[in-house]
Amino acid sequence: MEVRGAQSSKSWPLVDRIALWACWAAGMLLLAAAAAIVIYMGIRGIQYLRPEQIFSSPQADLDQSKSGGFLDPLIGTFILTVLGTLLAAPLGVAIAVWLVEYGRPFGLARLVESGVEVVAGTPSIVLAIFGLILFSNGAFKILSFQAEGGSVFGRSFLVAGVMMSLIALPLVVGGTREALQAIPRHVREASYALGKTRGATIRRVLLPAARPGIATGTALGMGRIAGDTAVVVILLGATQQLSSFDGAPWPFSTLRGTGSTLTSYVFNNSPAGEGNAPDKAYAAAFVLLGIVVFLNFAVDTIVRRRGAPAWSE
Amino acid sequence: MERVTPPPIRRIVLDREPTVAPPRPVPAPAPAAPASAAGANGAAAHAAGATALRGRFRPSAGPKVERMRIEQLSVFYDGKPAVREVSLPVRKGEVLALIGPSGCGKTTLLRSLNRLVELTPSASRTGRILLDDQDLDAIEVTDLRRRVSMVFQQPNPFPMSVFDNVAYALREQGRGRPSRGELAPAVTDALQRAGLHDEVAADLSHPALRLSGGQQQRLCIARSLAVRPEVLLLDEPCSALDPISTETIEKLIVRLREEVAVVIVTHNLQQAHRVADHVAFMYLGELVEYGPAEQLFYSARERRTQEYVSGAFG
Repeated sequence: MEVRGAQSSKSWPLVDRIALWACWAAGMLLLAAAAAIVIYMGIRGIQYLRPEQIFSSPQADLDQSKSGGFLDPLIGTFILTVLGTLLAAPLGVAIAVWLVEYGRPFGLARLVESGVEVVAGTPSIVLAIFGLILFSNGAFKILSFQAEGGSVFGRSFLVAGVMMSLIALPLVVGGTREALQAIPRHVREASYALGKTRGATIRRVLLPAARPGIATGTALGMGRIAGDTAVVVILLGATQQLSSFDGAPWPFSTLRGTGSTLTSYVFNNSPAGEGNAPDKAYAAAFVLLGIVVFLNFAVDTIVRRRGAPAWSE
Repeated sequence: MERVTPPPIRRIVLDREPTVAPPRPVPAPAPAAPASAAGANGAAAHAAGATALRGRFRPSAGPKVERMRIEQLSVFYDGKPAVREVSLPVRKGEVLALIGPSGCGKTTLLRSLNRLVELTPSASRTGRILLDDQDLDAIEVTDLRRRVSMVFQQPNPFPMSVFDNVAYALREQGRGRPSRGELAPAVTDALQRAGLHDEVAADLSHPALRLSGGQQQRLCIARSLAVRPEVLLLDEPCSALDPISTETIEKLIVRLREEVAVVIVTHNLQQAHRVADHVAFMYLGELVEYGPAEQLFYSARERRTQEYVSGAFG
């Protein structure tokens, strides 16, 4: 008789076999949902996406053949993602380094950890409203622009970028912290034992070792920024086209100005929004989905190809 | 004499299988070829095997110079003593092995010698340690750790190339950054002294973490040697390695005693037997006995030492 390893579940008790089947079914269900989204959006996207849409600005026209494409929202998504990431990545890495490598006083470290968790758990619409109130304050007029009456507009790429960085920040902190914690203590000690300071050890040994974790957290954060709608609708000024603030030199004219992103474009053109151009919404959604899926694959590739360095404990 | 290639050396784990012969004043000469002795598992065969191995390592020809002196050292964790009033000399030209059962304080003692023990917040220390007649506390800690270098139990090369691992050790804090070309001779030299150069010379940009375990550990030794230390501390450097790599590193340790004072912590009595010139046996934080290796293994004065080296406990 052929003796097989643990592959076959035939000999298992009934309860175990039912549990196994349930787990399998849950996995299949998720796979089906993911496939449905990608395939449906893929079909609609190919059906409605025209290359010229990517290269033309949206126009305010009731005639859909004259209402243009989504060049501006695409640029808007790009600007906002870069801006948010540029703020979130260094800040997140710094927070994680402080938490893992210093973390004293203990109570303050726990408080910072809770702070990161609160930011991670706050709905982006709440962050957006808070940002609007905060940045409409006169002290922050440099981030947006001031209307003639003296009130600060409080909506711009800079303002939205700052709040977007809060959305990405917990992911960067989490990825970096996990990677740092995975480095055994004796690796740090090996660096100290060569007469290196804490700072040199962090810069030259720990951060390079944590790079895959930092990259993963950052890429996940970028995906979240690119996909967020609430902050854009409230803090980016809701102009379909990029609208520069003329009182500042480029690139601050654009950054202090308003615009839109793919998410707000999809929202506005869907039947839920004010426009009613589902074909354009589908086309833009397809591009957005492509960007986010690409970022997720990038994460996978980073993790697989440059896996974190492995030491024994 | 050319040694007969032995079958893979069987590591005998003492706390599971006490196999060492009772202490005897004069070890019997090996009855069979060393090859069979090294692989055998009997008590007499082990003693013979150990002698055969010992025979390969002659005492150092060079002068013995005292580099460190430990005076009445006690180390406490949360007020509980881990090392109690230990006094020991550390000399260049010989290998000092610290042996004893787990938790006897040997690693704590070793980590006191480069003040790494200070990284543990609950640790405190009394007594003095002198490095070339200078109190350890009077030496800048980064400076001290370059003079008293350390290799750990687990190979821990940094996640960079072979070259950069050694170059990292060579770059001093705040002295500008010497170029790769300037560092290359020193890197090569360190790799040669650690007996790794021939294996990695073809590609010094190879990621260090892709080397084998034994090569990684020799890279760690090279890294420690690169800073030209006066004392080299080894904390069970072979416990994570296979027998072949262990043998390579043991030979290296014996060779290194000519240029640096070597202190090795080991759980492996046979290893202490093979590499050490002097042995310190510690038990429950106390230094029970210190003396030449031959004396400690074959005519120990203390009953606890006799019992430990004969495998009665561990």
